[in-house]
Amino acid sequence: MAELSVKDIIKPENLVYEKTKLMTDKTLSYCPGCGHGTAHRLTMEVIEELGKENDTIGVAPVGCSVLAYEFMNVDMQEAAHGRAPALATAIKRLWPGKVVFTYQGDGDLAAIGTAETIHACNRGENIVMIFVNNGIYGMTGGQMAPTTMIGMKTSTSPYGRDAALNGHPLKITELIAQLPGTTYVTRQAVHTPAAARKAKRALKKAFEQQINGVPGTTFIEIVSNCNSGWKMTPNDANNWMEENMFPFYPLGDIKVDGKLIESK
Amino acid sequence: MGELKLMKGNEALAEAAIRAGADGYFGYPITPQSEVIEYLMAEKPYERTGMVVLQAESEVASINMLYGGGGTGKKVMTSSSSPGISLMQEGISYLAGAEIPCVVANVVRGGPGLGDIQPAQSDYFQSVKGGGHGDYRLPTLAPSSVQEMSDFVPIAFDLAFKYRTPVLIVSDGLIGQMMEKVELFDQMPRLTDEEVFEKYPWATNGKPKGGERRIITSLDLDPHKLEKHNHKLQAKYKEITDNEVRYELIDADDAEYLFVAYGSSARIAQKSLKLAREKGIKVGLLRIITLWPFASEIINEFTEKGIKGFLSVEMSAGQMVEDIKLAVNGRTKVEHFGRLGGVIHSPEEVVEALEQKIIGG
Repeated sequence: MAELSVKDIIKPENLVYEKTKLMTDKTLSYCPGCGHGTAHRLTMEVIEELGKENDTIGVAPVGCSVLAYEFMNVDMQEAAHGRAPALATAIKRLWPGKVVFTYQGDGDLAAIGTAETIHACNRGENIVMIFVNNGIYGMTGGQMAPTTMIGMKTSTSPYGRDAALNGHPLKITELIAQLPGTTYVTRQAVHTPAAARKAKRALKKAFEQQINGVPGTTFIEIVSNCNSGWKMTPNDANNWMEENMFPFYPLGDIKVDGKLIESK
Repeated sequence: MGELKLMKGNEALAEAAIRAGADGYFGYPITPQSEVIEYLMAEKPYERTGMVVLQAESEVASINMLYGGGGTGKKVMTSSSSPGISLMQEGISYLAGAEIPCVVANVVRGGPGLGDIQPAQSDYFQSVKGGGHGDYRLPTLAPSSVQEMSDFVPIAFDLAFKYRTPVLIVSDGLIGQMMEKVELFDQMPRLTDEEVFEKYPWATNGKPKGGERRIITSLDLDPHKLEKHNHKLQAKYKEITDNEVRYELIDADDAEYLFVAYGSSARIAQKSLKLAREKGIKVGLLRIITLWPFASEIINEFTEKGIKGFLSVEMSAGQMVEDIKLAVNGRTKVEHFGRLGGVIHSPEEVVEALEQKIIGG
């Protein structure tokens, strides 16, 4: 039997996976093990699959994903800290036929940008909001976030988050699900292939609703890790997330077709 | 002749936004400029021209809506009054850095802090010295009549798109609230989406087929690249300084003294000028129209010609007077007169100040 060469394997019929052309070739700035890269890829795969490469405008936040526009190969705007929903509001209202999404972290969306988040959702802006919650400020060096768990140590809660001192972790996703302006609100993860597939289905549903003109804001939280900020190995961070974050931030749909799902 | 109407300054500004072909207005109520958004909401420009009007949750949101909308190449505008404009400074800095065209109108009231709701001109520094962070400048138009509240809107949009910069219109509670006859210009067409896409290749309104994606950002983590971007901005500001200075001279030909004023103070100074001339004082008026770029060259020319002194008349503790002093550079007398905190000076007070501070000083 003749020896099999790599060239013989690289054939269209053998193709099982291809990087979406809507991710640039630029090396990701994220730490190894971080969920942002997967969340970016899933978002861009969905836009490519929906054929909206030339009709999409994304809004990047301030935080670890401040450079999202370097990696996402669609028209992008980089917002001031917390203001992405305000930008997206105007973009969508001025270009109602375009697909508009925001991509934000927890500090951006749930602390400094809380007003913009709540009011964009309350107006029912026809945008997709992607919210990556890793319970920490990664880019600035691991400070406490609005979603940091009680007892969790960060550089600004060095003895662990204490509710009396620092307040409680904010379940902003449950909060915005109460608003009549939101139509689809879900919480997902991307740390395993199975979770990533579910998250992609959620993203696709959200973008399809916008494209099909379903009124209301769609909101996808992705509970993610920050192994460098949490000072853990990637595996330990994922395990810690499953054991500690998922019970507090349970995965699954919170609101579908404008109706709240009964809590489990 | 265009349509004649009796309007408040704020209403004229709002009507001019519609007629200038603006695509969107995003604002938040604050006295003394709330009539702008009230007029627009009542007028339904989305039915007249397709223009979007939205009441934002804060001035922080409305300026960032301008960032989003302006970043797609659409003509967008907001208005507010002093405390609200303070809240917008972060956004304005980002807009300047990302080179996004837009128009921001400030109907100035007394400060600092919550201040009051009376007319003032104490936001000059904030307007022209960079209210937000970083090295940037904003072309700033100062209307002194209801007519100019209307006329300056299309000029502001033209400057904004010509130079890809936010442009300020700085009036005050007096100009915003008073009613005057205004001749409205004819409706200008809004650009279609296709025209915007063709005309502004930098704008983020959907990646061109077969082309590169566009990015709107003010971020560059490489200091050498950011320095280059800053040099580009500075070259643009130089071009604006060379080409866009606007002012008006009144009774200046034989003047031995000049009032320098803008907005409401320029209206008051015109009366002061008559009173002073009746007394035999040869005084003229240099009415500043663009607070930036500043009319330094004409001030220099008058200084060269041997003018005996300039009196800066502002409803502030003396802000524009610093730019006059820079232009004069010690060669002749420069003084300031103005009432503070929302008090409007009388024409007589201005003449008295000229006599005491410049002629007799």
